[in-house]
Amino acid sequence: MQFKRPKTIKDTQTHYCPGCGHGIVHRLVAEVIDELGLREKTIGTAPVGCSVLLYNYFDCDIIECAHGRPPAVATAIKRCQPDKVVFTYQGDGDIAAIGTAELIHAANRGENITAIFVNNAIYGMTGGQMAPTTLIGQKTTTTQNGRDRKKQGPPLKVCELLASLEGVAYLQRVAVSTAKDVIIAKKAIKKAFQNQLDGKGYSLVEVLSMCPTDWKVTPKQAVDFVNNEMKAAFPLGVYKDV
Amino acid sequence: MSKPSKKILLKGNEVLSQAAINAGCGFFAGYPITPQNEVPEYLSKALPEAGGIFIQAESEIAAINMLFGASASGVRCMTSSSSPGVSLKQEGISYIAAAELPCVIVNMQRGGPGLGNIRAAQGDYFQSVKGGGHGDYRLIVLAPSTLQEIYELTMNAFDYADHYRNPVLILGDGILGQMAEPVELTKYRPIVDLPEKDFVLDGCKGRERRVIKTLLLQPAEALIEFNEYLKKKYAGIESELKLCQKYRCDDADLVVAAYGITARIAEGAVDMARDKGLKVGLIRPITLWPFPDEDFRAVAEQAKKLLVVEMSNGQMIEDVKLSIECSRPVEFYGTGGGWYPTSEKIMEKIESVYE
Repeated sequence: MQFKRPKTIKDTQTHYCPGCGHGIVHRLVAEVIDELGLREKTIGTAPVGCSVLLYNYFDCDIIECAHGRPPAVATAIKRCQPDKVVFTYQGDGDIAAIGTAELIHAANRGENITAIFVNNAIYGMTGGQMAPTTLIGQKTTTTQNGRDRKKQGPPLKVCELLASLEGVAYLQRVAVSTAKDVIIAKKAIKKAFQNQLDGKGYSLVEVLSMCPTDWKVTPKQAVDFVNNEMKAAFPLGVYKDV
Repeated sequence: MSKPSKKILLKGNEVLSQAAINAGCGFFAGYPITPQNEVPEYLSKALPEAGGIFIQAESEIAAINMLFGASASGVRCMTSSSSPGVSLKQEGISYIAAAELPCVIVNMQRGGPGLGNIRAAQGDYFQSVKGGGHGDYRLIVLAPSTLQEIYELTMNAFDYADHYRNPVLILGDGILGQMAEPVELTKYRPIVDLPEKDFVLDGCKGRERRVIKTLLLQPAEALIEFNEYLKKKYAGIESELKLCQKYRCDDADLVVAAYGITARIAEGAVDMARDKGLKVGLIRPITLWPFPDEDFRAVAEQAKKLLVVEMSNGQMIEDVKLSIECSRPVEFYGTGGGWYPTSEKIMEKIESVYE
């Protein structure tokens, strides 16, 4: 068996840290775009956060958005070009803190776009501050004694939040911390793109992912953290499938 | 028998909306705020009927970011708001200016600061011409003073935006938006060269993929070079696009300077002064950026004094003083907070400062 680079991924090294999950998620998205033959009709949006530079790795049209605004930008692109495929790729700060309004309303309007949400429970690019999805008790540079439910509230659960919205077509939470999880993640991402081709409306895949650098653990410990802690706080599964 | 007039009676906000449609605007996103609500109301019906897209956005922030996407799709696009809402748009305006995406932004100004009130004001001059958002960027700012001019400048705004690949702001106010007067809806004709949009993201079929971005991390000089490039672009706009109207200035000892609806009110005061034998003229910038500084210098050579009138506590007056390099005394008359001057009050001020 030959392990080839997807056509939608450029032949270059990434800036991601060892053990980071973004590389896996990038590859899965690129494989799906390849398999569905969408590279030449796809427009992706880049968020603010570690994956802002995803245009250095994806070989398709990309627009870099202001922090949290990809759902609004993608809304307009898809409305103006309904025959094209539009995806957003956002981290937890982008989608669940500063961009909450744009997320909820794009989803509720049922915009026919595909959203990839990478949840690693921390602000990576800025150096490890608390994210809206940081776990209770998790230490970050702005919750140095651990996230306190009374002060910072519990982690925000995007799939559960969006599941109540009638406009949403598909929601699934997956992980990339085991081989089996990666296979499930790819199927979910493919379905989220296929839904757009079928005109079903807003589809979002939340991916639990590793950030060993800002969690201050080894890559192996980061995988364990996803499997043991994150999956408990953010149960995997399909939250909506219309 | 003379031909019947082709003019129709519309409100300023409606004139602006129809001008956008006639100029080929294909996308509008906005959020309700008084006194500009007739713009989204009109376009929610008329724009889709003309084949365009209308979205009532969840916020001003979302609306301006929708323009970011629509413009990247190659579609002529517009958003409209009033002062507090335009403040919210500043983040997106900075990104759009940095990405050099053409679009039209409307501000029908109301009283501020804060929630202020819903009456006409001109307190957003600084925000409009000096930045508003972060970073070294410029907006082309157009200030109509009649509804006919709203119609023409709105169509022109789309042309300037495409020609210069730059956002264009139409700076009106609550009076211009709400008043009605007869307007002739002339046929749209481009007034400048419209370059091919080679930046459009429409899928990379048969070409290299394209990226629209504003983050310039590496090499370290990249952002310096980009800002140098922008500086040259803005200098080019300054050399080409300074619009100004002068009224009875040729022999004027005192020249009143005002823009927008205030200039129209001041014109009445100038006529009153002339009737009393006072040599008074009016200079009205139509572009607030670029500011028509040469015209002001020319006027100041003749005039002994200038009088700036604004619906604010004095903002444009700074550009007037800079333009003439303080070579003449510059008086001021104005009030902030949703107030408009009458011609009579301006006349009183003229008489009190006239020498």
